[in-house]
Amino acid sequence: MEETDLVILWGSNAREAHPIFFHHVLKAIHRGARLYAVDPRKTTSAQWAVSGTGHLPLHVGTDIPLANAIAREILAAGLENRSFIENATSGFDDFRRSVEPWTLERAELVTGVPAAQIRELAHAYARADRAVLCWTLGITEHHNAVDNVRALINLSLLTGHVGRYGSGVCPLRGQNNVQGGGDMGALPDRLPGFQHVENDALRAKFERAWGVTIPPKGGWHLSGMFEAMEHGEMTALYVIGENPANSEADQHRTMRLLGGLDTLVVQDMLFTATAELAHVVLPAAAGWCESEGTVTNSERRVQRVRRALPPPAGVRDDVEILCDLARRMGRDLGNPTAEELWNELRTVSPPHAGMSYARLEAEDGLQWPCYDESHPGELYLHGRLWERPVVGPRAPFKAVEHDPPVDELTDEFPIRLTTGRHLDSYNTGVQTGLYASPLRRKAGIDLHPEDGWRLGVAEGDPVRVISRRGSVVAPVRFDPGLRPGLAFMTLHFPDQVATNELTIDAVDPDSGTSEFKATAVRIEPMRPDGTDARLAGRQETHGSALHRPRA
Amino acid sequence: MTFQDAPDSKIPVPRGPLPVVPPPRPRRAVELTIDGQSVAVPEGATLLEAARQIGIDTPTLCFLENLTPVNVCRICVVEVEGSRTLVPACSRKAEPGMVVHTDSERVRLSRRMVLELLGSSVDLSTAPQIPGYMERYDAHPERFGPPAPPARDHERDLARPGHHHPPHDGHAATVGQPVKVDNELYVRDYSKCILCYKCVEACGTDAQNTFAIALAGRGFEARISTEYDVPLPDSACVYCGNCIGVCPTGALMFKSEFDLRQAEAWDESRQTATDTICPYCGVGCTLTVHVQDEKIVKATSPIDHDVTRGHLCIKGRFGWEWVNRRE
Repeated sequence: MEETDLVILWGSNAREAHPIFFHHVLKAIHRGARLYAVDPRKTTSAQWAVSGTGHLPLHVGTDIPLANAIAREILAAGLENRSFIENATSGFDDFRRSVEPWTLERAELVTGVPAAQIRELAHAYARADRAVLCWTLGITEHHNAVDNVRALINLSLLTGHVGRYGSGVCPLRGQNNVQGGGDMGALPDRLPGFQHVENDALRAKFERAWGVTIPPKGGWHLSGMFEAMEHGEMTALYVIGENPANSEADQHRTMRLLGGLDTLVVQDMLFTATAELAHVVLPAAAGWCESEGTVTNSERRVQRVRRALPPPAGVRDDVEILCDLARRMGRDLGNPTAEELWNELRTVSPPHAGMSYARLEAEDGLQWPCYDESHPGELYLHGRLWERPVVGPRAPFKAVEHDPPVDELTDEFPIRLTTGRHLDSYNTGVQTGLYASPLRRKAGIDLHPEDGWRLGVAEGDPVRVISRRGSVVAPVRFDPGLRPGLAFMTLHFPDQVATNELTIDAVDPDSGTSEFKATAVRIEPMRPDGTDARLAGRQETHGSALHRPRA
Repeated sequence: MTFQDAPDSKIPVPRGPLPVVPPPRPRRAVELTIDGQSVAVPEGATLLEAARQIGIDTPTLCFLENLTPVNVCRICVVEVEGSRTLVPACSRKAEPGMVVHTDSERVRLSRRMVLELLGSSVDLSTAPQIPGYMERYDAHPERFGPPAPPARDHERDLARPGHHHPPHDGHAATVGQPVKVDNELYVRDYSKCILCYKCVEACGTDAQNTFAIALAGRGFEARISTEYDVPLPDSACVYCGNCIGVCPTGALMFKSEFDLRQAEAWDESRQTATDTICPYCGVGCTLTVHVQDEKIVKATSPIDHDVTRGHLCIKGRFGWEWVNRRE
């Protein structure tokens, strides 16, 4: 990262959400690297972008038009990496045709980013010797999240900024083990080591190792589970370390579905809002400081977590709880230590095979793949694409089309609400709510000062924020980093303002991620006595808005 | 062009070549003599690194591996033959044929003087390295007389250049002043500040790039300050605590440690320090969790860790309170 020449942060406010990663970006910037920030908000990250032109303030949900226009401009200027495309990729001709309509002018109209800025980024990215393209939830919390990611991957394939030292694509993961969880098979269609459950040979390997029969079809992802609850196909839910009652989009629906389950078991380190709904709550140790084990970070580095202190009385390690549960169900898994479980994983997951605990300790973690004890681990992936001929399958371009946010802006719901994190807080605030951060801002809604003026509200005034699904009351804060028509809220303080009463659960069909980043809302000032200030006649509109069926 | 089908996610991708990392630029070896021993170091290495390479322990206060040397404390000075003045080992580069003395009478005198001046004017009671240094260089700061009474709150912050008058009743001038406690996360006790500049560097381009603090004032009234001496909550501070992480004297201290020390309950002999990984994002920062009596009392990060280089953010540094509060 520090030795790259150009960094694009796309839908990522790393300065606040990944502060120590951003230290490395800053080292690169001080070395002379240029930063471009693609974000509807002028965030604290965007403030470090190339002066004047480095912040591309696109409209929420117009990432694909912007990416396609960048691709078209690179092609029009003849700046694509032709030899890389020919050697290592597929689907280029289709892709070229698909971006052809996205002229700079059309992209400016759709995305709101001036054509000159799109052109500058296209040329800078294509001409850079080394370039890293990072993204976060600004890309993935959309109903077409996977297409958004593909649009960015297309850019890296077009320029060959992948699989080389200092060049690559980098999704910044939001939790300390969201990468590791997926690696370990906590995905609906994968076994540990990303091995597909529908590949018969791979599944058979696990069946032999575990002495069980594994269903040959992928399961439901999170949003699929809620669909299944809706249809009565799923009646029992076992939640480990997740707080869907606060974190899921469209909270009214979430609460209704969780409340309607026959059995809800919650295993968590704190008594969350989800635990309040549960039939059984299993208090669990804090994985990062009361348990032994490993986690895997955004750069695929497997690192050890260690027990620094014992959990409180009556609170048990996740593994202990699961093994006890298995015993009650008639299967004795023994009392394995974290290291024994890890060594079992190494026998079935080739990319982890070389990572002994001794090596993880001695080498300060290892980056997968690490196939055997003499393998050093890999600093970056996809180097195979630079072999001639390419090793393995070609990397596919994927033509993707613009598909605006599901929650449309209308006269009734004219404001685009997007969500994100503050520097000092984390997700639903279960953990971060308990330390006295001097930076902590009360839950509220951030508006551009101009919108505030239009609504006739001052900073601190409560307003009613209404979406097609629900409404909340929140105090206003002005942020000139926003634009008129764009509002921002966090999910950190669900007890004060339940932002997810507003958000839409329009879901990406492949990833199952909800469109937290694009809600259409209306904002109404309140009278000092707490009632809505507008004419009573409009109250009926509110009522109908509240009870409108889901979009 | 011919194209194959796109990869099928059900088929594993074969192993590729190992990543290629550009080799570091080759560096010429530089030979020099330190305390009569000959030593070869790569070009660009400092005298401090050269001395450490042959096992010579050089005291340092303002130096830290993850910060740019600023040569302000002068405790690491060494004698280079042919140089009129002593030179700071932490930043002076080794040159071919240099003859260096790290323990000559001149060096010892200089280090003793630095320690005595610091010891007479600054509260070094929570600076772990100092007692050893004092003994090694036979420093007696008390010979400057008993410390003068501390300044009143903000008195030093309002001082202008030229205001300083040394006490004339045989007392030693000090930087003593009340502790600044203006937030729940960390305190600033500038009675303990030796102006090593590390906090300013960690807040600036060496790590955090927030620039909330800088050096204000001149001469004996020089001090580390927020803009216009505003309390931290009104400043640009983002509470990463990276200034605490680099402070060599305990002037910057976790509020949790400060409170325990006030209650005379801080006891490092009862503490454990365990390395684990921060829970708050996907970057994977190593957190060293310091535990006393089954409560977390502070969090640091190892300086040699590739991910953090010793630095953390507010969540990693302070976000563990909930663990202590669980019943």
